[in-house]
Formats: sequence, C-alpha cells, structure tokens
Amino acid sequence: MAADSQEMVKKIFTQKSARIDTNRGEEYYNSLFKKMKGRLKELRASEKLKDVDMMDIIESDGVNRRDFMKWVSGTTATLMLPAMFAPLVAEATELMNRVPVIWIELQDCAGNSEALLRSHAPTVDELLFEVLSLEFNETIMAASGHQAEAQLEDAVHHFKGKYLLFVEGSIPVANNGTYGTIGASGETFVDHLARLSKDAAAIVAVGTCATFGGVAAASPNPTGAVGVMDLVKGKPVVNIPACPANPANMVGVVLHYVLTGQIPELDSLLRPKFAFGYRIHDNCERRAHFDAGEFVEEWGDEGAKNNFCLYKVGCKGPMTFNNCSIIRYNEGTNWPVGVGRGCIGCSEPDFWDKYAYESPMADANIKAPTGGVEKTVDEFGLGLLSAAAVGIGIHAVASAVGGKKSDEGDK
Amino acid sequence: MSKKHVVIDPITRIEGHLRIEAVIDENNVIVDAYSSSTMFRGIEEILKGRDPRDAGLLTMRICGVCTGTHYQRSIEAVEHAFKLTIPKNARLVRNLMQGGLYIHDHIVHFYHLHALDFVDIVDALKADPQKAVDEATKWANVANGEQPWNASVSAYKQVQERVTKYVKQGRLGIFGNAYWGSKGYKLTPEQNLVALSHYLDALELQRELAKMLAIFGGKNPHPQSLVVGGVTCVQDIKNPARIAQFKTILKKGRKFTKQAYLPDVYMAGTMYADEALAGIGGGLGNFMSFGDFKLDDTPFYEAANLFPSGIVKNKDLSKVFEVDQTKISEDVTHAWYEGTTNLHPYEGETVPKYTGFGKKENGIAYLDTKNKYSWIKSPLYNDERMEVGPLARMVVGFAKGDKRIQKYVGTFLKNGNLPAKVLFSTIGRTAARAIETELMADEMMNWVDELAANAASGDLSTWTEFNFEEVSGDVKGYGMAEAPRGGLGHWVKVKNGKIVNYQAVVPSTWNAAPRDYKGRMGAYEAALIGTPVVNPDEPLEIIRTIHSFDPCIACAVHIVDTKGKEISVYKVNPVGGSRA
Repeated sequence: MAADSQEMVKKIFTQKSARIDTNRGEEYYNSLFKKMKGRLKELRASEKLKDVDMMDIIESDGVNRRDFMKWVSGTTATLMLPAMFAPLVAEATELMNRVPVIWIELQDCAGNSEALLRSHAPTVDELLFEVLSLEFNETIMAASGHQAEAQLEDAVHHFKGKYLLFVEGSIPVANNGTYGTIGASGETFVDHLARLSKDAAAIVAVGTCATFGGVAAASPNPTGAVGVMDLVKGKPVVNIPACPANPANMVGVVLHYVLTGQIPELDSLLRPKFAFGYRIHDNCERRAHFDAGEFVEEWGDEGAKNNFCLYKVGCKGPMTFNNCSIIRYNEGTNWPVGVGRGCIGCSEPDFWDKYAYESPMADANIKAPTGGVEKTVDEFGLGLLSAAAVGIGIHAVASAVGGKKSDEGDK
Repeated sequence: MSKKHVVIDPITRIEGHLRIEAVIDENNVIVDAYSSSTMFRGIEEILKGRDPRDAGLLTMRICGVCTGTHYQRSIEAVEHAFKLTIPKNARLVRNLMQGGLYIHDHIVHFYHLHALDFVDIVDALKADPQKAVDEATKWANVANGEQPWNASVSAYKQVQERVTKYVKQGRLGIFGNAYWGSKGYKLTPEQNLVALSHYLDALELQRELAKMLAIFGGKNPHPQSLVVGGVTCVQDIKNPARIAQFKTILKKGRKFTKQAYLPDVYMAGTMYADEALAGIGGGLGNFMSFGDFKLDDTPFYEAANLFPSGIVKNKDLSKVFEVDQTKISEDVTHAWYEGTTNLHPYEGETVPKYTGFGKKENGIAYLDTKNKYSWIKSPLYNDERMEVGPLARMVVGFAKGDKRIQKYVGTFLKNGNLPAKVLFSTIGRTAARAIETELMADEMMNWVDELAANAASGDLSTWTEFNFEEVSGDVKGYGMAEAPRGGLGHWVKVKNGKIVNYQAVVPSTWNAAPRDYKGRMGAYEAALIGTPVVNPDEPLEIIRTIHSFDPCIACAVHIVDTKGKEISVYKVNPVGGSRA
C-alpha cells in the first residue's frame, strides 16, 4: 500500500496536469539545489546527536533499500521538489537527528502523537531510535513526574535556540488559563507554552487544535481555547493542521528545515504550501463525477455504490486545502472520500462550525468546474469562490439542519 | 518517622493529563492516594444545539487513542433515540473496526505505554542472546505451545547492538532520565531483551494494525465512515481485495498476540507473581461491564453480545447482577463543578467551578484533597463505586458462565497454573487485556468471513433509511457498550432536530475519578493503597498500577449542559432539508 501512495504522488507530479503547476523553472531549482547542498554540508559538520544507519540502508541491497528509496522519491515529490533532489532528501533524512524535537501536549486528544506513530519509511522504530532526535513526548516517554520534568528542562537547556517545538492541542485562556495545568508546580498551559517557545528555533503547531483551536474552540468555546499562533509572537510558527495532521507532513516539515535551515514557504494561515497548496476537490478521485453532475444523494444509494461525488452529502473538499487527496492516510490505505463519507474540512479554521455536517453549505457558491490552474488559498481565496456559483440542484435554504455558529469573519 | 507526600505530574505514557498524589508511610507503603485530571475542554457544552447526526465526528475528538470508539457510541445513542436498526453489513463493519481498535490499542498499550514499568531496557544489554531465545521459547510454550515471535540469536544481537549504540550516545531522548537499574525491575537480562525486542517489533506492527481501521474507516486516527443509520464504506465492503487485506493484517496481529504478547504477559506476570497473589493493585473489587459486540441484527440491547453485561461485587464470582442504566449517576463533591447532587446523565446539570490547588511548598502545588481536586466527576452505580475495563469484562463474563470467556480465561489460568484470585491485581488487569486480545483476534477471523460472504451474496445494503424530521422531534437515547478501556455510555436528548442535552460517562471517568460524597475512593486511588514502593523518589510502582488501567484522561473530562444558560444564537449556514 505504501507503494500505492507513492505511485499516486509520482503520478500527480509527473503527469501533464491542468490543475497543478509546481514547476518553477530550472534556474530556481539549480540555485535551490546548491543552497541545500551547502546547508547539508554545514549540518554534517555540526555536532551529531545520534549515529544513524541510514547510509547503511542506502548502500545495502534488498527490501529495506528499495522501501527507503521509494519513500525518498515520494517525499521529494511531497515537498514539491523535482526528482533531482532525491539524493539530497536521502541525505537530509540521515541528518534529521541534528535537529532536536521537543513535543508537548496541551488541550489535546493525543491523536497527533498517535498519527506520528503511523509514519512509514523511515519505519517507526527507526524514526524514534535513529532518525528523529525526539527529546520529549509524553505519550511514549519512559519517565514520569519529576523525572519527566527534569528531562524536559535538560533538553531545553541543552538545545537552547536549536530545537523545534512541536505543540499538540489548543491552549485554554479563559479563567486565567486554569482549564489546563501541567507539572508539579501547576503551571498553566499558557505559561508552559510561553516558557518552552522562548528558546525554540521554531514552533510547529501540529493538528487543528494547536493551529486554530480545533474542537475545544468550537462554538461556544467554553474554555476560551486558541491556537499557538494566537499566543506565540516573535518566533517562526508553522501550522500543520488536519484532524489529525498527516504524519507525512510532520516529517516533511522537519526534512525541509534540515534541507534549508528555514521553515517552508507558508500560506496566510501559516501552512506549508507544499502540503496545503492544493484544494482537495482538485485532486479528488471522484472529481469527474462532480463535473458530470453525478452525486450521492443519500448514504448507501446507487450513487454511493458507484463512487459518485459526495458534495451533496456534505463533502467540503471544495473548501479545503490539504494534500490528503494525493497522499491519503496510513501509507495510502484510504481516505475519507475513499470510504464514501467525504471531507469535513478538518484542515481549515473553525471547521467544526463551518464544515463538519452532512449537507452542503447554503452559500458555498462552488466555482464552476473550469479545469484551469488552481491556486493556494491565498491566490484563490475562498471568498472568490462566489464568482460563478453553479446551481447543482440544491435549494439554498438556510434552515435548521446541521452546523451552528455564524461564519462571521469568513470572507 | 514521617510520611512522605509525593506528587507525580505529568503521568506519562497515557492519553491526557493526569496527576497522582500519594502518601507513603515510613515502611514505604502507599497509605493514601489521589487521582486528578488537570485538563478540561467542555465537549458536551459544544454539542448543544448541533444536529445529532454530526455529534459522532465531534465526540470522537474526545480521544485520539481509543479513536473511533466515542464515534460509534455517539452514533448508537442517536440511533437508539431514533429507533433505528442498522443493516448487517454495517453491524459487521462496525464490529471489525472496533475489534481492530481493541487489538491495536491493547498491543500498543502493553508494549509502548506499559512495558517500561516492567522492562529495563538498559539491563537487556547484558543478556546472553542464546539464553534469551530459550526464555522466549519457554514462555511461548507456556502460553499456548506456539513458536516464539522473531526469536533468534541474530535478531536479539541486532537489537542489543542497536540499543547499545543508542545508549552510548549519551542522550536517551524519550528513554532518558527513567528508572533504569531500579530494584523495582524484576525481569532477568534475557527476559528484558525478549520484551525489548518485541517492543521494537510492535512499533512496526501497530502501524500495520492501524490500517484495519483505515480500510473501512478512511484513516486512523479518527476514522470517518460511520453515519447515523449505518456506514458509508460500501466500496470497501464490495471489494474482496480490501477484505482480504484486512484479514492479512488481522492474522499478523493474531500471530503476534499468541507468539509475543501473551507469552510476555506470562513472563512478566510470573516475575511479579508474589505481588499478584498478594492482591497488590487489586483496588475496588467491584466490576461492571455494559456488554458489547453485537452478534445478531436484533434491535438495540436485545442482541447477543460477545462480551456480556453485568456487575460483580467484592470480587465474588458466584453472583452477577444485571446492569440497569437508570441507576447510573454522577457526583461532583470533589470535582471542579458546582452542585453536590447525584444526577442521572439525562438530567445532569453542572457548572465548572475551579477552586485551584491547596498549599504550595518549594515550588510544588498540592491538590486541595479535602475539597475539590479534579476535572473528573465521580460516577456511581446504585450508589457504589465501580471499576470498568478488560478485567471487568473478563471477570463478569467468567462469573456469568460465558462459554468463550470461560474458555480463554480458564486456559490462561490453567497454562500458568494460577488461581483465579491472581486476576484481582495490577498484573491481573494487564493479563486480562492480553487474554481479551487473543479472544478478539480469534473471533474477528469469523466476522471477516461473514462480511465477505454477505457481500458476495449480493447484500450491499449499508444504511437504514429514516425521515429525520419525523424521528427527531422530542426523543432521547443512549449508546452503552464497551470501549477498549471499559464501559462507555453516551446519553443524548434531541428536540426539534437539535441536541438539547448530551453526556458521556466514559471508562476513565469510572476509574480515574476522585473521591465521592461519602469519601469513598475511585478505582485508581483504591488500587494504589497498600502498594510497596522501592524508592519513594521514583514512582515506578505507582505508574505500573496506574498504567494497568490504561488511562485515557481526555476521555474522562467533560461537562454536562448548563441548565438554563442561554446558549448563543447561531446563524445556520448549511443547506437544509435537502436530504430529509
């Protein structure tokens, strides 16, 4: 199945597509290649945190090597880089452990920690033992209590200014932040985040709770939950939303950081463009049925049995930017449109109030299927979708089914 | 001589934010204990005013570890309210997804969340790999006469080399600053090596096992194919290759359970047998199971279940009481909410009331245990405290005379030459989870075939049609069944197509709860009493017992509605009525 998703990525990036245009020209890539090579050389000279056998794997024969090289080519494509970059990505994987990661959990469900454990090639055990220098993660770490706190302090001190701080979960600010405390001193999540982000090189908010507040921030937001970017100022913040975030994108952000020493190019919602530069709808396996006006009208109907478009039963693929229609989940095993349910917009702000219900938005004004080159959310602008509202056989009656909260603030 | 009051926050290798405080006497025995959750989100408040059909996806976000289980309970609560019976395909797919979750979750729990309470990974480096092969063979033989999992001198040597290199680098990362070398670790170097090797194998395996949920659910964590009335994954039911893939993965999990998981539980259990026989970690002694995994297509709560429902009190296996959901109530005397009355989930009325910590000394804030000290409420059944979970399921099934459970539990005890009372302990709780995993994996093999045969017969029905306006006027229902961690109930009240009240009473609410209005302890608290600790500065024995419950704390914390409080008015945006 892993091969399946990689094939899909490759296909998307190699075919002459009307919808995705990622090629930035030879000159750009040549200069980027040089820059990355320099960065890796510099990194190789820096202090190593762990010995890695990745080169053994690359130089070896057999299944491991094949799997690894396949993963490298898929990942290169995921990062929106041409095939010539594959050797650099392989090298960067080996050097990934130069970048220490501290992972904290706040108002969360551990879904993103679990998702990280579904990462493939490098295998999960390689990822944890050799590749990633994961210094702290409550879900899997051995120590508890004072020993866990000491471990965190040690990592922060030792890697001052160098570590990537991964944050999972939203931060409750109502009631002086007392809806979440951690540690023997009873530190609030607000203070905890402020303290740990101070010495981080960059902060990666992983999952929709850490990025946009997520489920805790759904109306009426009883605890005043907010995302990392609402609190942390003066530090680079990368958002990897989705519920949970795709582990391919978590690894992708770290790899990008290794390759460039910088956080990846972001959209206005601070999401990496390599992952969130696509609209689900534009790369959907059921897109042809949307264009043909063939819809599932009711769960389990003839349309459902024939893979028809899920728009009328609430799929929000047209409003959602993420690469899950391309890389899917669990090594390409499946994804929400694949199982006939449709997208609930989980990588978008306020999706619980705006998108996660079993019917289309009344004022969605879905753009007519023209087939032109699609853009990121900034160039495209969801507000601009209204340009050519197509009637697709639904009465836009604002009555009392599904969803709640206004979409004030939305364009 | 003075008692020592220790604070452990955060408890790691769990889901969520949990703090344990324990009072340890001069003989290093725990004489008092308090369990507190330190995080709160208010999910049920968020559900009010929403379409009941959308509650499932939202409640699933209560937890990313037992992912999918709240989803199904919520959908069932609404189906119960709407009086819907789902098609056979939908029942089988839900059973397979939930069963896949059990297998994944239990294996991850034992190896990645619990094993390091028994296994000293540094000590494993001293092991003789050949002797380790003998050890693995011995325990696989005790468990069921199977071959041991991936046991060879070369495999074990490789593990040692790898970990040696890792340890030599000096920075242990997530294995840093732990309790390596503690006298609380009783396994031999060879046993440690066997378990460490399986720890690594299980990391890879769990990634595969998670695909069972992804095949029919789209992704894991947080699958997405359940809807009120059935499931949406008709394409995946139709496709024999999909079902075959599911079975291949299931077989792998089943093999690992028989060749590694069960033998390792015997191995660890035997080294701690004296504690188990002494009942260390036994706790409340009251066990409750709601029952789950429907085996036929009759309407709600009439079907035969794989796990029967029932209550066993005071460890007395000779009597089983029936569960009556009307006898459930929640008490908030020691929880950070207003009010003191014990109300049924349908009628719950609670307002958050955070009163903070008690005394602060040397940078440590202590719980105000005389008053309120947790975000978890104290659920009661007929005014009694209960433990829920795999041990409760096995104990209730065993006492009730369930043929399957008697066979699996009986075989476990017989092969290990153990008395039944060994179950009422920390080790027993951990063993029950392994026994249940084997039972589940065996049963699921039949379910997969049943689904394949049903689809092949031409039945592709996945959804029961209903008229939403007609069924959602003024109704209520509950979804009561079993999550991997124990009895889970969702109660929902619907009026004019909207949720007016919602409450979940979850496994870790029963187990991790603080004291109740009579000062009686919750299950975690009770289980810690009498536990000897080797070194009060290292909480190894405390986390071992707490981990044996498999805590899921984000699950446990929730609030019910705020009666009479005006919920803000929402502008409704979706297209309405088009599908009614």
